[in-house]
Amino acid sequence: MSFITVRNLTKTFGDFHALDDVSLELEEGKTAAIIGSSGSGKSTFLRCLNLLETPTRADLRIGPQEVRFESDRQVRGPKDALAFRREMAMVFQSFDLFPHMTALQNVALAPALVRKMSRGRAQALAAQLLDRMGLGERAGHFPGQLSGGQQQRVAIARALAMEPKVLLFDEATSALDPELVGEVLDVMRALAKEGRTMLVVTHELHFAREVADVLIYFDKGRIAEMGPPAELLGNPRTDRLKAFLTRYNHMLGH
Amino acid sequence: MGYEYDWSVVLRPDAWFEAIYITLLYGIGTTLVGLLLGLFLGLVLISSFAPGRWAVQLFIGVFRCTPALIQIVWFYYAFPIVLGVNFPAWLAAGCGLTFYMAAFSAEIFRGGVQSIDRRQWSACRSLCMSYWQTMRHVILPQTLRRMTPAIVNQAIIQFKNTSLLSVVAVHDLMYTANALTSETYRPLEVLTFAALIYIAVIWPMASLTNFFERRAHRRLA
Repeated sequence: MSFITVRNLTKTFGDFHALDDVSLELEEGKTAAIIGSSGSGKSTFLRCLNLLETPTRADLRIGPQEVRFESDRQVRGPKDALAFRREMAMVFQSFDLFPHMTALQNVALAPALVRKMSRGRAQALAAQLLDRMGLGERAGHFPGQLSGGQQQRVAIARALAMEPKVLLFDEATSALDPELVGEVLDVMRALAKEGRTMLVVTHELHFAREVADVLIYFDKGRIAEMGPPAELLGNPRTDRLKAFLTRYNHMLGH
Repeated sequence: MGYEYDWSVVLRPDAWFEAIYITLLYGIGTTLVGLLLGLFLGLVLISSFAPGRWAVQLFIGVFRCTPALIQIVWFYYAFPIVLGVNFPAWLAAGCGLTFYMAAFSAEIFRGGVQSIDRRQWSACRSLCMSYWQTMRHVILPQTLRRMTPAIVNQAIIQFKNTSLLSVVAVHDLMYTANALTSETYRPLEVLTFAALIYIAVIWPMASLTNFFERRAHRRLA
């Protein structure tokens, strides 16, 4: 049985359908890469799954946690919204670290507050995660003293510190200088190899082809194509995806 | 025919020291209590509780848009009559200035919180932190740092506004200066000297906070 089930997810802003009846399933330990042009709804999809946006209508399940939304309101498991969100952790395009805290404090904050770990244990966990991100030396630095790539790796450590079952990446490398993209993709690649369940909104098609088990192409708030990455990228069925890939390759100068 | 200065009239250290003490007491007291009250009002102002927001908006509107002098006089003379209770004079005198400070700092606080990137809230929600955990650990520390220059500015105004308390017989610097003036008929010397005392008291405090603020910024830059 699939680990993540999304059924009939719709999100409207006034008259605008940001997401239109999106359904998908993902098995535990698999990585899904989500691509699409800007405004196609892929970020809104992740934010709805994380309940940062309230879906207009949806049935969402992660593992044992289920929530249901109708008419912009949660109708099932309102008490479980937090438990549902607890199953996942998100990494944002703009890192969104807390600028007044050191890298270590950034990672240790939520485990101490939400997981009720003691300060000492939370900091030990944070130190260990930062070490794994190759940032052991930078634990005492403030975000403003770190490069974009380092900041994003702190943000990944912050997400991992919640010990989520699912990791969500919302264009995690889009705000980075080109030479810093690699170090973040390396970390994401390693996490996928560990067998983590991941949903990755990305513009890095090479990364998607290499790492993802499933590739999902969003167009106008709908899933236009979904399948093995090599198949979608090598042999797109819809004109929209063909055009998208042509634009993408053109942009890279291929 | 030039004016002949006589600076000897200001040589009344006992009177001045007493006055400085009173001015400092009211300056610090009304600033701190006003600031705390302002933070509380600011929290209501950004809350989702509409009646609370309206009440605070009314409070801010009244106290920001009326002269501090009228507020002081009103609290000192009218308030006890209206409510039919007898406040100690020192408390009635401080009320106006305290609320005046609270109204301004509530607005500064609201602006500060709203200037914090909304994505900080998203990040905390995503980490399953509650509203108050987010406020206490992420939003407030950044807000307080950001609003420091505006608060220091307001505190300076507040310290100078303590001079208005002289109209309700608080024996502060201004009151003492007025008393010495009517005693010696030397307003030029006495008021100039009083101004120098205000500078000597306020300038170092403002510089000190600026120094700490710059140090905090260096660390975050």
